[in-house]
Amino acid sequence: MNSKTAFYILKRILLAILTVWIVITVTFFVMHAVPGGPFMSEKAISPSAQAALEAKYGLDKPLFEQYITYLKDIVTKFDFGPSLKQRGRMVIDVILDGMKTSVKLGIIAAVIAGIFGIVLGAVAALRRNKIVDKIIMVITTAFVSMPSFIMGSLLLVLFAIRLGVLPANGAARGGLVLPIITLSLYPMAYITRLTRSSMLDVLGQDYIRTAKAKGVSGTKIIFGHALKNSLIPVITYFGPMLAYIVTGSLVVERIFAVPGIGRAFVSSMTNRDYPMIMGTTIVLAVLIVVMNLVSDILYKVVDPRINLE
Amino acid sequence: MDKKFTMHVDLDSFIPATEEEKAYMVQMRESSTFFRDGVKRLLKNRVATVSLIIIVLITLASLILPAIWPYSYENMLGVQPGKPVDSSYNNIAPFRYGETEKQRIANGEKVFPHVFGTDSAGRDYFIRVVYGTRISLAVGFFASIIVLIIGMTIGSISGYCGGAVDLVIMRIVDIIYSLPDMLMVILLASVLKLTMADALEGTALEKIGTNIISLFIVFGVLYWVSMSRLIRGQILSLKEQEYVLASRAAGSKGGWIIRKHLLPNSISVIIISTALQIPNAIFTESFLSFLGLGVNAPMPSLGSLASDALNGLSSYPYRMVIPAVVISLIVLSLNLFGDGLRDAFDPKLRN
Repeated sequence: MNSKTAFYILKRILLAILTVWIVITVTFFVMHAVPGGPFMSEKAISPSAQAALEAKYGLDKPLFEQYITYLKDIVTKFDFGPSLKQRGRMVIDVILDGMKTSVKLGIIAAVIAGIFGIVLGAVAALRRNKIVDKIIMVITTAFVSMPSFIMGSLLLVLFAIRLGVLPANGAARGGLVLPIITLSLYPMAYITRLTRSSMLDVLGQDYIRTAKAKGVSGTKIIFGHALKNSLIPVITYFGPMLAYIVTGSLVVERIFAVPGIGRAFVSSMTNRDYPMIMGTTIVLAVLIVVMNLVSDILYKVVDPRINLE
Repeated sequence: MDKKFTMHVDLDSFIPATEEEKAYMVQMRESSTFFRDGVKRLLKNRVATVSLIIIVLITLASLILPAIWPYSYENMLGVQPGKPVDSSYNNIAPFRYGETEKQRIANGEKVFPHVFGTDSAGRDYFIRVVYGTRISLAVGFFASIIVLIIGMTIGSISGYCGGAVDLVIMRIVDIIYSLPDMLMVILLASVLKLTMADALEGTALEKIGTNIISLFIVFGVLYWVSMSRLIRGQILSLKEQEYVLASRAAGSKGGWIIRKHLLPNSISVIIISTALQIPNAIFTESFLSFLGLGVNAPMPSLGSLASDALNGLSSYPYRMVIPAVVISLIVLSLNLFGDGLRDAFDPKLRN
């Protein structure tokens, strides 16, 4: 790694930190711009009780002071304050609870998408313009243009209601199968197309011809030369894929009633649990920013030819 | 006998050509403009043409059908003024009728069929889907226009001015670009919904609904960045051209050069990315509607129809399938058409 790469990585890390800070700030001030404050939707409470509540949650202090406290608590203690609607629970505990399911869901979906996407993409590229390639391209085009909530609902109708082979409830045994399939189809289709086009690009390169001319066997060319190099663009999709899975999990967890962080986020929005909304937004945002950072850096490290700007 | 030398040229062989012969010899075809060339290439692309036809058909249907259809999207058929609610109109299966309608049919009257049945509140589902399509298309279109205007203005200023202005704008773009957009969209939409409800009351904007307006605001704030990056790149390369120098030598100001020279020359990039922005916006709108942050009830959009269908999914799966198919069809054909547009008008962009 030369100094230019190191400088680039440093710059990207700084940008990521800046982004996280902006997310926290925007979230904080946007949530506090809502008229009425968090206790307005409650049943009528006396002014003195309201004042006591506000004092308890520190809402009576000047806004900027609240902001500093909030920021300090997050950075030093990962503390997002208490949840307003789930009495007696801290936001971070609710989030960590939901994360257990969601992370499992996301990782399995990502792995499936990666493996199937790369294999299908390679097959399509090697059988270019043959019937296999065409079928793969038609199916992936359809998957790419179908919103995740529609995919999820259709799978639910088909497998859980019509055929009855898989449970519709995500909390049931085997209930994560359908959510995982739903989440993995779009990234899988995307990776397939990415791998196909980059593989076609690589197969046209001079060094592949050289290898062929030297008499290297077909399999060795594909696995030793072509596939390895054509996976570089796929690495860049790593970050966006995670972002997709995170936001996709919001609807998928709603459809299949999976007890994860996505469902916690959506329900906190409907019942106006402000600290919950802020906490989940920030945690999910940090997740996405970090994954984007990792995939960007990985991309530059894997292929040093890539121009750093 | 005036015999000629062999080398002597016989002038009789060289008569002037007739007009007809001249026309025959001209190898030139009719001159073609850039636009006509592009359209020709586009029409040759069968996938893009079919997509365009589908989009046009869907758009026309969504514009015309609500005007001629005998039912309206918000009319609950079972609710008649002065009578108790007739629940036989709720959840009618496709091509079935409610109680009073059955009587009218028995009396020999003609009743217009409920093609997709009715929903749980007794509203004709077909017209709701049609109307929802109209809303979704409109949202996609206007959101793209907003993105276009903001992105174009900022991108061209950034590209043309260069230097410190460019540096500052591009850093802002970098930051917005790295924000997790969907999360920010959800956050802003949920908050703007609460904040704007009072401010809009009584104004003309109220009918559009806070959610749609917040969606537009969100698009205006977050989604212009990729458009402005694209246009900045175009402007950066175009502004080094000789005709720009000539225009500047002739005394033109920056704004004039941008409007008259730089933007018209990057028009293909602008049109293409706007076209590809529309399905993106429709996608986002349906996503937000599905989470309950979309259009205000009783107005339907394809996303909110799908979201509502989730509750009765086991009994009425077709209510989910229909908007799902329409949405996928729209997004797919817009994407394919956008790709065709790109191939036809900007072969350089192809990769």
